[in-house]
Amino acid sequence: MRLSTVLFPVISLGLIAMLLLPGCAPAYKRGQPRSVKAGQPEKPLAPFASTYKPMAASPLLIQHATILTAAGKRLVGGSILLEAGKIVEIGQVLQVKEGVDTIDAAGKWITPGIIDVHSHIGALAAPYVKTNLDVNEMTSPVTAEVWVEHSVWPQDPQFWRALAGGVTTMLILPGSGNLIGGRGVTLKNVPARTVQAMKFPGAPHALKMACGENPKHHYGKKGRAPSTSMGNLAGYRQAWIKAQAYLRKWQKHKKELKQNKAAKPPDRDLAMETLAGVLRGEILVHNHCYRADEMALMLELAKEFGYKITAFHHAVEAYKIADLLAQADVCAAMWADWWGFKLEAYDGIRENVALVDRAGGCAIVHSDSAEMVQRLNQEAAKIMAAANRIGFSVTREKAIKWITINAAKALGIDKVTGSLEKGKMADLVIWSGDPFSVYSKAEKVFVDGALVFDRNNPKLQPRSDFELGILPPTGKRR
Amino acid sequence: MKRVSLPYIISGCLCLWLVSAIGFAETIVIEGGTFYTMGPRGKLEGGKLLIKGGKIVAVNKRLKIPGRARRINATNKVITPGLFDSHTHMGLVEISLINSSDDSSSVYDRLTAAFNVLDSLNPRSTLIPINRVEGVTRVMAAPSYNKHLMGGQGAIIHLGGVNDYVVKTAAAMFALLGEDGAKIAGGSRAAALLRLREAFEDARDYKVHRNDFLRRRRRSYALSRLDLEALLPVVERKVPLVLQVHRASDIDAALRFAREQRLRIVLLGAVEAWMIAGQIAKAKVPVILHPLENRPTRFEKLGAVLENATHLHNAGVQMAFYSGDAHNARNLKQAAGNAVAYGLPWLAALRALTINPAKIWGVSRSYGSLEPGKEADVVIWDGDPLEVMTFAERVFIRGREMPTTTRQTLLRDRYLELNRKLPAVYWGGNG
Repeated sequence: MRLSTVLFPVISLGLIAMLLLPGCAPAYKRGQPRSVKAGQPEKPLAPFASTYKPMAASPLLIQHATILTAAGKRLVGGSILLEAGKIVEIGQVLQVKEGVDTIDAAGKWITPGIIDVHSHIGALAAPYVKTNLDVNEMTSPVTAEVWVEHSVWPQDPQFWRALAGGVTTMLILPGSGNLIGGRGVTLKNVPARTVQAMKFPGAPHALKMACGENPKHHYGKKGRAPSTSMGNLAGYRQAWIKAQAYLRKWQKHKKELKQNKAAKPPDRDLAMETLAGVLRGEILVHNHCYRADEMALMLELAKEFGYKITAFHHAVEAYKIADLLAQADVCAAMWADWWGFKLEAYDGIRENVALVDRAGGCAIVHSDSAEMVQRLNQEAAKIMAAANRIGFSVTREKAIKWITINAAKALGIDKVTGSLEKGKMADLVIWSGDPFSVYSKAEKVFVDGALVFDRNNPKLQPRSDFELGILPPTGKRR
Repeated sequence: MKRVSLPYIISGCLCLWLVSAIGFAETIVIEGGTFYTMGPRGKLEGGKLLIKGGKIVAVNKRLKIPGRARRINATNKVITPGLFDSHTHMGLVEISLINSSDDSSSVYDRLTAAFNVLDSLNPRSTLIPINRVEGVTRVMAAPSYNKHLMGGQGAIIHLGGVNDYVVKTAAAMFALLGEDGAKIAGGSRAAALLRLREAFEDARDYKVHRNDFLRRRRRSYALSRLDLEALLPVVERKVPLVLQVHRASDIDAALRFAREQRLRIVLLGAVEAWMIAGQIAKAKVPVILHPLENRPTRFEKLGAVLENATHLHNAGVQMAFYSGDAHNARNLKQAAGNAVAYGLPWLAALRALTINPAKIWGVSRSYGSLEPGKEADVVIWDGDPLEVMTFAERVFIRGREMPTTTRQTLLRDRYLELNRKLPAVYWGGNG
């Protein structure tokens, strides 16, 4: 809640500011890029804009389900009505017009579509051969100019395995080899021929930053900066100083334009456009950071340069500073139990997510894994169980938020998806049973009201071009 | 609990890790609950299990309870043997990306088959309690690969002690085929198989002409003397050769190789095994797999499906599961639960974590089921052990109840309150 109230004013301001800086994506603008007004210099607006169109769907009533809305109480024997891609009504018994399709979901559970805020699917595509390792532009520690969407291969077979796990939205991020890795992109997890056709309409752009071992080890090995943690910090600060100067240059130009319509604009700089977009609050910062003390330094850095960190990712030690994170209104996206694969992950504990949540923070379960993304519900279940064993009382109503609405907040899309509420996008999952059981499966997955995956109907199970002719859809090879 | 911890409270808490590994072999009766014995007694509702001297003495609906036995009421609980991870680097690695803490392989050229994890094992590894509290009691600590086709010999250890933790050394010989094997052998699968063939032919020759070889009267071999010695038990079929393969055609080649060389093999990974499940069953070759592999992450894994275990089970293949993850071997039960969600019978999944690995690795006389005479690796669960919300309430290894403290619970408890009077760093160090 707190997060959205802070973010949205920032974003709408960003909408205005966006016009001043060519090359920045429109924050939260639907549909086609706005046309250039007469008398204004021509500027390339919103390149690579979303061309996503929901699949066709007729109105649908789903009845008799146990519904976790991620917006409050559980509905038992609940119904939900989908129309024109939106949730029209949700409640116990709904009145509908005759002829509306219905699904009897007795014994089933419904949740919002699962959202993964940390994925590399498409950019780190399967099979993992050199050609497909398109996620880390590790040629310079600051590559704010790259956009991961330009690496995303829409035919990555891993997208559809995530879909079978109920994942309807994901943030694809550049890797963590750089201090500033470039822009991330929020996608609807729908089959498409182009990446633009998967882009979540209106979702703000993301900037990937990384603390700790990855950047300093990679560049240190090459004998260049950064090779230490202090080198990391110096690297970020230098980049932000340049970004501030760049922003001032364009602000000055804007003033000049008022007096002289022919004033020459400054040269564009792709990297600085991204960083300036962050400084203006249009682009959300997603910061890979494991250790508590490093997260605290990053909060200080953000203060120094006047930007906001939207979420720390991995945040293995978030539990040590859960209070600071809550105060700073920064989300923490975490694993249930990954630990020990590197020194900065040595202090991982099972209750991390629950401790951040208890402190009033925005707690998220993320995957960073094309395997785990298929089972984020089970990851949340493990955390809930671990927390309840030490006397917490985490309910399913609460735990579902870690993989839905809280994730939506971190992506700046919580006003339109992430929970089952009237008027929101009809992004939802019908589970075969309790989604916190290892035996339950996503049976039907809806995106904008359209059935995009149906476990019981092989015709509604997308399959990448890459996999055609390798295995028949039944999974049996003759 | 009291009887376990009292002496150590007296001796102080200086050595928490030592405490965590040692206990008394008490006389214990676990009664009530549902026992999945994984042995001839099958499932016992409301049974009783008697543990004495570290071993299971009896398991039955009714049995005479010795007066001095500690009685544990397990009504409504589920009792199973401790779980087994059939391939992990636990005990060999502390932090994966820190080379100095990873002893799972060597690049030394004269050490391939002879490499034995035994002398690298660290029973005080922090990974052990963290996995143990979630029900994992034994593992195959396997070597990894660096630049050799043969990784060397794995050891079976139990996770309940710091002195006598080795259950079986040189329990299996590990080797690579498929893409990784091809890469090491110079770029082709065919070359990898040829090199393996050469190694075993040399080993056979060495076996017959050892003395001549030592007197330099025999031709030279591709492997060092130590490597050849290590291959002898494999040639003699006393130790299985574990071949890591995925593609169906590679599995086929592995089966042919085993026939030709008259070797006992085990397939590891085996992502496309389901495609030739019948052949594998006919060859009576066991498969060690990870149930969650369903992505075409390599060209040799294009046929990855979640139903791999199910198809193999239906074909009658003997199967065990592995985590391949030293830190989170504890998640193996979740992986097994997912196999059940994709069609594997529940009991078959539990077998793949208990009695099947015991048989495959040749340790079923002492472990793998709740049967009289076996070592008492027993877990009391608060529900279905394959379910993600289930908790291992008590874990016994060789009859000793394991402590519930781990490095992770200490960290957690230290930061449960963020505003203590004394800073967090003062908390927890002294218990």
